[in-house]
Amino acid sequence: MPKQPPYIRRRNFNEVALGYTEEMAVEEASRCLDCKKPLCVDGCPVEINIPGFIREIARNNFAEAIKVLKEKNCLPAVCGRVCPQEEQCEIRCILGKKGEPVAVGRLERFAAEWQALQSEMVMPVIKEKTGKKVAVIGSGPAGITVAGDLILAGHDVTMFEALHEPGGVLTYGIPEFRLPGKVVNREINYLCKLGVKLVCNYVVGKTKSLKKMLDEYDAVFLGTGAGLPWFMEIPGENLNGVYSANEYLTRVNLMRGFMYPKTYTPVIRHKRVAVVGGGNVAMDCARTAMRLGAEEVYIVYRRSQTELPARLEEFENAEEEGVIFHFLTLPEKLIGDENGWLQEIECSKMELGEPDQSGRRRPIRIDGSEFRMKMDACIVAIGNSPNPIIPSTTKELEVSKKGTIVVDESTNKTSMDRVWAGGDIVTGAATVILAMGAGRKAARAMQEYLMKSQ
Amino acid sequence: MFEIIERKMIVPNLHLLVVHAPDIVDEIQPGQFVIIHAGEGSERIPLSAADWNHEDGTLTIVFMEVGTSTGKLAMLKPGDFIPTVVGPLGKPTEIENFGTVVCIGGCFGIASIFPTVKALKEKGNTVITIVEGRSKNLLYWEKKLADYSDKLINITRDGSYGYKGHVNKAEDIIRETGIKPDRIIANGCMTLSYKTTQEYSHYNVPVMVMLNTIMIDGTGMCGVCRCTVDGRMRFACVDGPEFDGRLVDWEELAKRRKQYVGEEAFLVHHSGCGGI
Repeated sequence: MPKQPPYIRRRNFNEVALGYTEEMAVEEASRCLDCKKPLCVDGCPVEINIPGFIREIARNNFAEAIKVLKEKNCLPAVCGRVCPQEEQCEIRCILGKKGEPVAVGRLERFAAEWQALQSEMVMPVIKEKTGKKVAVIGSGPAGITVAGDLILAGHDVTMFEALHEPGGVLTYGIPEFRLPGKVVNREINYLCKLGVKLVCNYVVGKTKSLKKMLDEYDAVFLGTGAGLPWFMEIPGENLNGVYSANEYLTRVNLMRGFMYPKTYTPVIRHKRVAVVGGGNVAMDCARTAMRLGAEEVYIVYRRSQTELPARLEEFENAEEEGVIFHFLTLPEKLIGDENGWLQEIECSKMELGEPDQSGRRRPIRIDGSEFRMKMDACIVAIGNSPNPIIPSTTKELEVSKKGTIVVDESTNKTSMDRVWAGGDIVTGAATVILAMGAGRKAARAMQEYLMKSQ
Repeated sequence: MFEIIERKMIVPNLHLLVVHAPDIVDEIQPGQFVIIHAGEGSERIPLSAADWNHEDGTLTIVFMEVGTSTGKLAMLKPGDFIPTVVGPLGKPTEIENFGTVVCIGGCFGIASIFPTVKALKEKGNTVITIVEGRSKNLLYWEKKLADYSDKLINITRDGSYGYKGHVNKAEDIIRETGIKPDRIIANGCMTLSYKTTQEYSHYNVPVMVMLNTIMIDGTGMCGVCRCTVDGRMRFACVDGPEFDGRLVDWEELAKRRKQYVGEEAFLVHHSGCGGI
């Protein structure tokens, strides 16, 4: 798939991937063997009919392709971009055994983009109104999936969002160059056209308690996400120039800091930036810093490249753009000047020992290997714990020691009557598509309950 | 959208904003704040609630015009709408029958301490309210506060009204009258909170101060409001905004407050309250 060349894209916020042309898409789709037992579908958390939509693309029936996609996935433009296909559908592709698997994600993205360019939107059939009212708390990937599924089932759906714009992590977290804001807006607008009511600036648990929501709604879905950033608990983390990944990305994405000073939320254009962590969020931060004009951007990760949790594609993109990787490196101390600004990072070198609980080899500090790097910013991208607002204001809700909401595995039902939950609030920080998968599961159980109840 | 009912400058540079926000008013308690976002391109600004009315669902805020985003708010007229008022956020101030409580307000804190004063009085406390400003023309809400206070003390730094001095002056007065406070609560700029903590720590009772840190989402998501309290990292938005000032790392907080001073120089004109 064509991309902006690295030396150009590293200084702009436009989308990196340019997408397939129609010819390229048909050619790629024609490679699909249309297996009798398609293994790729087993890998999809939302069970998309993958050979089905690819078959339609191969036949030039793009409108049919998007219809097939939307049967199972209300966010194809998002998933086509940010799903880790290489470990879900594409890894199971028979063609991948000897060569390149079919580029499922790129084809999904193509179909969604083709649809966006059409003057008429294919609208699905909405079932007869049931009169049942559903509240979806949080408008991120999990919430969007639940809202999409239940509106089609004929229920009255209201989606609540704490921030001033919907989309959750798709809006505040994933940068413009990977997932443009207009793509997210398009998907949300589609939901609104289907009849989903959207209420922004509403913090359930604060503006209204969950209990009071239950007086007004027949069923509630909690998809409030992993909203409390972790820090490393090392000296110097409150120095100026030290950010959580959430803060850095929110300033730039949600608050449009990349347009500062045209917009008013300030973003400092640091020169030497270290990003701690090895996930997709760390890659997003590093690439954002690069686009804001940094001279040198480092990823500091305590394990080796083999254990890097980021998608290979994101790692490659970052490397091409000039991000420098310090593997097997652990920050020990952040050192500031007398005014409280970060100056240096002290790190230790690590080596890999025996595998730990996660199955990855445990990093072990090499004594005496400390070294310092001059930095004026450090972005901590090591994960998040679940947002505490609803659990802390709802005593009836069972939560784990980690603060995640406890749910029944097969239905995503919480300990509270008429309340379901899914996404990062249940699993801890994970991916967009897993959150959507959880949303799908919850929506199915909610639908069953709503149709049974009077 | 939220309708503006009233907006006026009550003293130089401080504006009163009354906004129709019935859902927030239903739930709000003393010490909580809202975040206001005046539209595309603006910052999200945390502002303490100063009063509210359950009958008409209006919320009153007093804010200082310090930058471009607050400048936008300062130009609102009745009948205008703003897209975002979200809350109530933060933990409410603890309201119990403590005995004698000294409530101190300065600047916008003269307004934001009001709900606390009122609630404490209604709980049966003896409430000593102290308001502090640079000069007489910067004080306001005297009657409103006096109605719920057993004693109201005015202090001006230039001596143009009430006693002359800073918050430390009030401590002299309290000591002289032999009042033994069971709790101190202060709202205002960081200088006021810090000085209050220093002056009142010797009573060995909680000195609760409202920290006004930088915030973005106000729901614990971004962590920019983090501060060190009792040696632990805390988030002012979800763990506060009120903390015992005796346990706050003030030096760190003062430095963190200045993070964006350089950047804001593009946009901000500085107002001269003398605080931070």
